[in-house]
Order: sequence, then structure tokens, then C-alpha cells
Amino acid sequence: MPNDNRPLSPHLQVYRPQMTSVLSILHRITGVILSVASLILVYWLAALAAGPEAFARAEALLHGWLGIVILVPVTLALFYHLCAGIRHLIWDTGVALTIKGVYVTGWTALATTLLLTLIFWVVVI
Amino acid sequence: MAQFVLPINSRIKKGKTFKAEGATHVKRFNIYRWDPDSGENPRIDTYEVDLDTCGPMVLDAVIKIKDEMDATLSFRRSCREGICGSCAMNIDGTNTLACTKAIDEIKGDVNIYPLPHMKVVKDLIPEMTHFYAQYASIKPWIQTQTPPPPDSERLQSKEERARLDGLYECILCACCSTSCPSYWWNGDRYLGPAILLQAYRWIADSRDEVTGERLDALEDPFKLYRCHTIMNCTRTCPKGLNPAKAIAEIKKLMVIRR
Repeated sequence: MPNDNRPLSPHLQVYRPQMTSVLSILHRITGVILSVASLILVYWLAALAAGPEAFARAEALLHGWLGIVILVPVTLALFYHLCAGIRHLIWDTGVALTIKGVYVTGWTALATTLLLTLIFWVVVI
Repeated sequence: MAQFVLPINSRIKKGKTFKAEGATHVKRFNIYRWDPDSGENPRIDTYEVDLDTCGPMVLDAVIKIKDEMDATLSFRRSCREGICGSCAMNIDGTNTLACTKAIDEIKGDVNIYPLPHMKVVKDLIPEMTHFYAQYASIKPWIQTQTPPPPDSERLQSKEERARLDGLYECILCACCSTSCPSYWWNGDRYLGPAILLQAYRWIADSRDEVTGERLDALEDPFKLYRCHTIMNCTRTCPKGLNPAKAIAEIKKLMVIRR
């Protein structure tokens, strides 16, 4: 008996956030962030091509507090997206596709993200 | 296109409260209500249930509410032991069977909604027509090309039979499919975890002889590949099954047969 008046039951509004769904949407969000952040790379390369003064300005901007405030979250997003991507590659082989696997690989991905970001900023730069 | 907010006719309003007079051991149940005859929006009614005179499971409380407090409350139930799948609902934020969910597992108030992102027939009863049509679409029966042996059934070895473990136990309660954000946004074309687990159940069956056709039917950007391995399905399955793993096995078969 079709009835177009039937309401839609609540979904996002009531479903409990869990590691499964939260890490999944985080993968997508960090992907979007990286797409937008690639503009920073374009700006940096364009400045390099434009000559020494422009490049010096870009370097000063990116090494200044504004650069740090923007680039630290971008590297977090980069390393999370990398770790979560590898997690998905492992899953695609059928390995660790259990609830225990979700939590073990999930926490590992989060810890590795923090570790790599830390190493990147302390050691590399 | 994914619509993250509820349509205007689906926004939830505050409802009535039913008190448990004279009870000392009270648990509050906040339950989604929608009456198709009222023309009003859905609402949340609150029932104070005396746990001293109530069975241990959420279904016991819901039946008690219908029997003793408010006979207009509608929900599906049958076996009361986790084998029929009728009483699947969203309890305390995740989908499960009311009959196998213990009340004392839930801290604070017990919030009960129908299975998420489904058309509501009344109260906790979702419309399942589309889900069952999707199930029929995967042809959930044995298909063969060779004639059957003249004097016996089509036999399986123990190992062949064991491949169906973790698949045949599915009771089609739809908890997993309605926990899946991909199914919420693309359920019109994406088959969802429950139906894909069933599809794999027939692909994995040694007696079935149309595996190629079954894979052909699933080779589609939406039917199968809207699964993004979110794993909400496996997380919520009240039977402890693993639909995400079954879907991954189908995807692997798609690659292997290239």
C-alpha cells in the first residue's frame, strides 16, 4: 500500500558514532582537505617559477606562523589519509576484516599518523 | 544525492510522558512514534517502565508498554529469541534485535527508533518492500545446469558445506543494511550488506553452477561497489556475522576472473 506521506526514519541524527564510521568519514574529509591544500603547493611552485623575490615572499609566508597553523593540520591530514589508504589496501586483500581488525588497525593508523606528523615536523623540517 | 537532514514531514517533535506510578526501579524508554492517520510529524513518547515487573530484554519492556501503558504502540515481533529478525530496531544508537538486547546493557535512558533511513509505516515498523525486492533480485536459490544425480541429492563435502558457515545464519533482519551510510545515501541502487552477503552465500555454494552469471549481475558501479568498507554492518550484526568480509570476497572474485 504505497503512501507518499510516510516519514523517513532518522539516520545520522540518531546513529551512534563508532570507530568504523568515524574513521571512514575522516578518510574522506582528509582527502578533500588534501585536494584543497594542493593549491598551496601550486602557489609555492608558481612563486619558485616567478623569480627569487616572489619565492622569498612565499618562503617567508609559509615559514611564518600562518604557514605553520595551516601546514600542521595539512600534514596531519596527509599522514592520516596515507595510513587509512594503506588500511583499505590491506582490507581489500581480505585481511583484518573483522571487528577486532577494525579496532587494531584503526588505532594503529591513528597512532602512526601522530608519530609521522611529529617526525616530519621535528626531524625533517 | 545524499540528503543529510530529515525531510520536513520527518522532523521529530516532543511527545507525551507516561509515568510509572509507585515504582521504585524505573527505566525511561524514549520511543519514536508516528501515526499515519494523524497527519502529524513523528514524535518521541517517554515511558517510565518498572523494571521490577519487567523481563530482562528490551523487547520485554516494549511488550510491557504495549500491554500495560499504551496499546497504540506498534512494532514487529515474533520469535523473541533472535531467529526471526522481526524486532530489528535502532536501540541506544545502534541497530539490533530488541529480543536479544538486554536492558541492563544500556546506560541511562533507552532510546528506540525504527531502522534508520527507511520509510516508516507506523511507529517502529519500517517499510521493507524495497529491501525484499533487492533480495529477490539476486535470485536466492540454487541454480544448476547439469542434471541432478539419478539416485541421490546434490552432495557436498564437509569442507564445501563449511564454506557456508557465517553466511547461512543470516536472518535478513536488515540491521546491517540500515546501519550502512552508503545504503542510506544510495539504497535505491546499492544492494547493501545484507543482500550482498546473501549473494555471496549462493556464489560460495559448491552446488550452484551459475557463479559467472551471479558475478555479472553484481558487476555494476552501484549494486556492489558502493561498499566503501565502512564496517558499520559487521559492527552491528546481532548474529555476529561479517557482511563486509562477504562483500570483500565478492570483490576479490571480480578481480580474479578478469
